Amino acid sequence: MYSSVPEFRVLIDKQRCRLCKRCIENCSFGALEWRGDKVKAFDDRCVACLRCVSMCPEDAITLRRTPSDVSAHPVWTENARRDVFTQSRTGAILLASTGNELHESIIFDHLLLDACQVTNPAIDPLREPIELRTYIGRKPRSVEFEAIGDSIKLKTELSPALRLDIPIMIAQMSYGAISLEAHEALARAAVMRGTTMGSGEGGLHKNLYPYSDHIIVQVASGRFGVHPAYLEAGAAVEIKIGQGAKPGIGGHLPGTKITDEISEARMIPIGADAISPAPHHDIYSIEDLAQLVNSLKEATRYKKPVLVKIAAVHNVAAISSGICRAGADAIVIDGFRAGTGATPKVIRDNVGIPIELAIAVVDQRLREEGIRRETSLIASGTIRNSGDVAKAIALGADAVKIGTAALIALGCTVCKRCYTGKCAWGIATQDPKLRSRLDPADGAQRVSNLLLAWSIELKEILGAAGINSIESLRGNRDRLRGYGLDHTTLEILGVQHAGS
Amino acid sequence: MRIVANYKHYKELNEEVVQAIKNGAAQLTLEDVNGQRFIADCLKGKLKIDIYGTPGNDLGMFMDGPTVTVFGNAQDGVGNTMSSGKIIIHGDGRDIVGHSMRGGKIFVRGDVGYRVGIHMKTYKSNVPIIVAGGRAGDFLGEYMAGGIIIILGMHNTAKKTEILGDWVATGQHGGAIYVRGEVDDSKLGNGAAQFPMTADDEMTVKKVLTEYCRVFGLGLDSVFETDFTKIAPVSHRPYAALYTCE
Amino acid sequence: MCSILGIVNASGKLFSASSIIEGITLMNERCNGLGGGFAAYGLYPEYKEYYALHILLKDFEQKDRVEEMLKEHVDIYKDEEIETRNVQGISQDYLPWRFFVDVPERYAHDADNYIIDLSMKINDTGNALVISSGKNMGVFKAIGYPDQVAKLYKLEKYEAYMWLAHGRYPTNTRGWWGGAHPFSILDCSIVHNGEITSYGTNRRFLELYGYKCSYFTDSEVLAYLWDLLVRRHKLPIDVASEVLAPPFWEQIERMPGEKRRIIEALRITYGPAMVNGPFGIVIANSTGLTGVAGNGTMVGLSDRIKLRPLVCAQKDDYTFMASEESAIKAVCKNPDIVWAPGAGKPTVATVTGDV
Repeated sequence: MYSSVPEFRVLIDKQRCRLCKRCIENCSFGALEWRGDKVKAFDDRCVACLRCVSMCPEDAITLRRTPSDVSAHPVWTENARRDVFTQSRTGAILLASTGNELHESIIFDHLLLDACQVTNPAIDPLREPIELRTYIGRKPRSVEFEAIGDSIKLKTELSPALRLDIPIMIAQMSYGAISLEAHEALARAAVMRGTTMGSGEGGLHKNLYPYSDHIIVQVASGRFGVHPAYLEAGAAVEIKIGQGAKPGIGGHLPGTKITDEISEARMIPIGADAISPAPHHDIYSIEDLAQLVNSLKEATRYKKPVLVKIAAVHNVAAISSGICRAGADAIVIDGFRAGTGATPKVIRDNVGIPIELAIAVVDQRLREEGIRRETSLIASGTIRNSGDVAKAIALGADAVKIGTAALIALGCTVCKRCYTGKCAWGIATQDPKLRSRLDPADGAQRVSNLLLAWSIELKEILGAAGINSIESLRGNRDRLRGYGLDHTTLEILGVQHAGS
Repeated sequence: MRIVANYKHYKELNEEVVQAIKNGAAQLTLEDVNGQRFIADCLKGKLKIDIYGTPGNDLGMFMDGPTVTVFGNAQDGVGNTMSSGKIIIHGDGRDIVGHSMRGGKIFVRGDVGYRVGIHMKTYKSNVPIIVAGGRAGDFLGEYMAGGIIIILGMHNTAKKTEILGDWVATGQHGGAIYVRGEVDDSKLGNGAAQFPMTADDEMTVKKVLTEYCRVFGLGLDSVFETDFTKIAPVSHRPYAALYTCE
Repeated sequence: MCSILGIVNASGKLFSASSIIEGITLMNERCNGLGGGFAAYGLYPEYKEYYALHILLKDFEQKDRVEEMLKEHVDIYKDEEIETRNVQGISQDYLPWRFFVDVPERYAHDADNYIIDLSMKINDTGNALVISSGKNMGVFKAIGYPDQVAKLYKLEKYEAYMWLAHGRYPTNTRGWWGGAHPFSILDCSIVHNGEITSYGTNRRFLELYGYKCSYFTDSEVLAYLWDLLVRRHKLPIDVASEVLAPPFWEQIERMPGEKRRIIEALRITYGPAMVNGPFGIVIANSTGLTGVAGNGTMVGLSDRIKLRPLVCAQKDDYTFMASEESAIKAVCKNPDIVWAPGAGKPTVATVTGDV
């Protein structure tokens, strides 16, 4: 059967292999077995997670991609054929992890940042201060004072806001989709770098509560683990309407993954399926969203910002305007390349619009309506490096969220098998043996390092552009140029072509 | 020799100075100077130039040897990239005094502006020295790679209270800054720290200030009524961990 | 690189243009002949009840069109050509005209905003440029060195109690009359040295408050920001300065309680109004400080890390603010005090005398 032709071939150098079997212990996909006197590889089970390659003390293992060439066809690509075979075999929805694989062209890569030459000085970020501090939340129209004798006193009351030391937040990933160790590592990294992580929709394990002033607790359609202590613990509350990897699609954490601890965090029985409906069944229209926003503000006594997360769909600008007017203190927009643990492949690859365009149109729309200050915009969905962060902010985002990048920092090798629950790196798994491979302290340090490195690079980018505070880059599309983008794209981005 | 600058363009004035030197003048007095740039630019040798008025930007730039005395305030860029010699200012100096200075001395009686002594450096036996009698603005000794800066904070003309601005010696990786009085650690930029004054430091400061006080007719004892604070780099390679590669 | 100079007499005494011309000319090294200009306060004492619109027109025909447009919105009390003479090296690209106008009774309650909207409407036509629109003040500007521009407009004929001057070295827009400084909105004028790196952010922030930036230059944005903060939001001048050139967060952390709360609120609210990149500016308007009566205020301000120079001096009841000390010394040999203001710290001079 064609579909059984393996995607990878595991090559074991017999000269080097000392038969320690460490690779076999480490392979969570069962691709390596001990056969009497040697390690035997089952290529069709290999997902190229690279665990065996990394763990082999003798560097004896090599993975080769697609050892069997297929006859080429520009339309019926190998993937297209493979998918048809799989579905003809099973009659089921194709499941996928990570993000959109169909659209390779990334607008970020066609945007160029600006730098100073002569007419104003670049600022040296190593010596002179450059600020990244960001406030997420509603901003007043003006600041008013009252005079008391010779001095003045602040009269304006500010709305609750999240204070971030860097404009990079860690996205919502639930305990259940990822391991407790991964959850804890992300939370600790958020604390270390003065930013936030998202609880995801699976409640909050008690071990995470010490970090909760750096955690945005999520309220999703399944309402798992949402209770007063949870809402009170978070730095902010985020309503999840949708996510970029599966706009309009609900979630399904199989009962096999509902361990006792996950059961406790989600407040559902052990072994029962955790089903997140596609919509919130108390939100069938925009005024219902306002109702949920207000009930959460009431619940948190108006002390915490309420965020609303949506997938970037075609009408994202008008939807965002409605969300803003519903009282959301921030809108998280998740682009069509965003990652996930599990999603129907057809949805992942075909629904939604790129984050770059979404941010540009939403920012512009809110400005045209004069309500931009009333909400913050957070962009997510393939923020791969500090350049993407800077570009998203220049297009109009207040901050960005990273998911996949943070997981890669934890050790994810993007093997795209999160949905199997067999993550060999202890991230997207609930298997105690696999989980023990991820040390939360070590993971936190790596994620923290990543955020630190990007922060320094952001300062370099700002300094080169002669800007010493991130707020002067925000929405500053004059400091971007497009390169190889068509006229319509440029117009939507509000960016001029390079050279003009 | 006396030259009246009046409203002459700097090109004309500096040409007259160059010609006078060619004709053997070793001592020049420039009067009614106001805003003319590049005075003493790249001049070499044992010359003495007295300036009355307000010389323009980049006074004594690239200078290598002469002694320039200003009876008034100076503008931005005094002693820019200078190699040796001496610049004495009886008033205030403004921003980037001694930018990239490699040797020589700049003595300012009053205040100095922002980024004073930025990237000044020592090379072989050349040790540049800047002394200001008043206060200094932010980024004093930024990227300082060598030399000596002394800030006295004495006759403060600008109604300012603090001797130092913020981000003192940020990125410093050589040289030393001596401040008369105490310095709060919050004033220091990355890379610099306070160190106890050693006997060598005391001697250096005393030697420099003896000359400084003589130049301006100040009592050395009153200068030393207050203890000095030393600011020096924590490391000569502060950015060693900044970069990474695969 | 540009040159800026402001001179103000706190008693409101009128003085001729000669000193501002002499001072700004001394800094010709800082400009390249592609723009010069002046703002003068106290110009039209006999018409001081009327908004004085200085408008640059293409020709007489267009003057008629603008006049028609004005008549639809305001009452024209008097109008005349702004006298000019031929100056070698300046091409007369525009016909400068002044209109003294009054706002109709039914809009009188919001007359200032009415005049601003009208000015922006005229600018929007793309053919006529309202270069100033305040009362008892006016802006004169053109392509050329400042001294040439002074000659062009016969500035020797005018007296004022507060003058601003600018010599331009254009960077991000071409040299044209409309791009010369001062930039003005109502009675607020600004001269600016530097190029701000936050232009896009600032412009889009101003658009949220109804401003239209039609000159594509950062100095215009500065004038509007000041108008928004000081005139419309009524922020005290030192507070408005802290919006344009805010302290760094690490400095804010060290501030005492209420001060810290104030600056935090300002940065959170007005973050996009922060002006980044190098700037030295002198701003003038014909009112007192917020909450303090007066007939004029001049403010000098540099960016928060002092990337552009600014020197101030005082002599009796005169205050001077300039890019270079020599410009001040050119017109005032022995000031009582000369100082360089701190980065981001405003220097304020107020006219308390009658004008």
